[in-house]
Amino acid sequence: MKRKREPSPVLTYRGYYRESWELLKRDPLAMVSLVIVIFLVIIAVFAPLIAPYDPDKQVLSQKLMDPCLEHWFGCDKHGRDILSRCIYGCRVSLSVGLVSQIIATVIGYFMGVCAGYFGGKADAVISFLIQVFSSLPDLLLAMALMFALGSGLVNLYISLGVLAWARTARLIRGTVLQLKEKEYVKSCKVDGGSDLRVILRHLLPNCIPTLIITVTMGIPSAILSEASLSFLGLGVRSPMASWGSMIAESQEFFRSKAFYSLFPGLCIIVAVIAFNTLGDGLRDALDPKLRK
Amino acid sequence: MRRYLVKRVLLALGILFSISLITFFILNIMPGDAVALMLGDTADPNTIETVRHNLGMDRPMWEQYVDWIVGVFTGDLGTSYFQRKAVSDLLLTAFGYTARLAAVSYVIALAVGLVAGIVSALNRGTILDRGLMTLTVVGISAPSFWVAIILQIFIGLRFKAIPISGLDTPISYLLPCISLGLRYAASIARITRTSMLEVMGQDFIRTARAKGLSPWRTVMVHMFRNALVPIITVIGADIGTLFAGSMLTESVFNIQGVGKLLVDNITKRDIPVVQGCVICVAIICVVVYLAVDLLYAVVDPNIRLGGEEA
Repeated sequence: MKRKREPSPVLTYRGYYRESWELLKRDPLAMVSLVIVIFLVIIAVFAPLIAPYDPDKQVLSQKLMDPCLEHWFGCDKHGRDILSRCIYGCRVSLSVGLVSQIIATVIGYFMGVCAGYFGGKADAVISFLIQVFSSLPDLLLAMALMFALGSGLVNLYISLGVLAWARTARLIRGTVLQLKEKEYVKSCKVDGGSDLRVILRHLLPNCIPTLIITVTMGIPSAILSEASLSFLGLGVRSPMASWGSMIAESQEFFRSKAFYSLFPGLCIIVAVIAFNTLGDGLRDALDPKLRK
Repeated sequence: MRRYLVKRVLLALGILFSISLITFFILNIMPGDAVALMLGDTADPNTIETVRHNLGMDRPMWEQYVDWIVGVFTGDLGTSYFQRKAVSDLLLTAFGYTARLAAVSYVIALAVGLVAGIVSALNRGTILDRGLMTLTVVGISAPSFWVAIILQIFIGLRFKAIPISGLDTPISYLLPCISLGLRYAASIARITRTSMLEVMGQDFIRTARAKGLSPWRTVMVHMFRNALVPIITVIGADIGTLFAGSMLTESVFNIQGVGKLLVDNITKRDIPVVQGCVICVAIICVVVYLAVDLLYAVVDPNIRLGGEEA
């Protein structure tokens, strides 16, 4: 957080982000989801330490074992521990969510600023591109890209990231259109500040709240897309555990083994709800218009 | 109004053209060669070359694209590599299934979502409202393919009368429609609730109540009609993703729709079929967005008179 600015003696304004944090702390739903998100991040980062078994180790004698004390979530068709695979799956989901959103944010910010700040032809072209990319369902284009690039984790980052920029760009464009008219932007230009200086020094810090919200809201949709792609066999490569591919594997056993598909699905729901609720809370906390 | 109409139609055509260009190149740059896959590992390189030549795959990319896009305009989407059938015929059969599944799911979702949203808004803060809203959060977050499998396990297997695959009898629509429609019902319920609550606080509602209008009339005529604009936006955006969502539902329930056709042929690398499916979905989405925009112009005079465009 930036706290370089000297606090003005007249106003008891404690800084934008501190104020937002105070607001967020008063939102119980957002705090609960924040705790869940932190929990998920810890699981993802320390997966090798937390997982009770090797997620890829096949023990054929434990094939399709029901949940028990040693294997809380049971074992899959190759006798692999489902709990351990869910834990490693968390890694895949969260990393796909985060990396793809970082890619989307970089592209989206750049495009959005160019459209909003320079206007004219740049705006026309970028706005058209935004419309092109938002006219097709994300999943469809992602499928086409995964088809072209082949399955694998890195390709998932790329295709989901490259496709998600349009939403960020549209929001940033709107924000920049408003910011452009502000006095400090104008005075910086009058002072002889270059466009790059305006974009990085004045526009970027003011776009950060918007970016925080789009990233938090973009992660759950990336998680769902990843799960869908992996479910269709276009996501991660085979032995790697992903919540989506685990559900795909469980499909042929749905008649006898209900637990098999139950747990990975619950993981997806928990992660998606947590990020969505946190995103809602952040939006309320960061939006100055909603402040009293 | 006419100027706006022409402008929007041209924009839609431009978008469609760009999508066709992007998807064509994405699908044709891929590393795996369909011909090599089709003939197997043992195929002799000369045969591969001949087949590639016969399929026109050794020509420059732009030439192939022009051929294909001209075909799209005349309704000829090429021939499937593996099934030896016209892609347009395959698509037409599949489209019937997808359209029926999507339409029935969405109509049900719309009805359920609107009722839930209105009920929630009218009972704001009660246990009913909280319960419904918690359900919508789960509904939005649950992946449809997982919901489909869970429905198969806990309903399909319990009740023998409810089939767990296909789309032949009216009762077989039940599970696919729930799994596909759940997310939409949930998002419609949420936006309806928010939108209703916004309208409820306004003066004309108080006036309507004060002049002794029946509660039912107040809700339906004054609140709901005014709450409708944001709801239309959500509906418009949903229809596109409905087709993407039906891909997953169709593969779980083994329904031979466009989505299943696409998923099956993507693994086979049957490019003409994949291209046909993608362009078909793209056309539907763009037409729906265009329709929604025009509907707005009818509802909102600001847009019609070019106020916002200027």
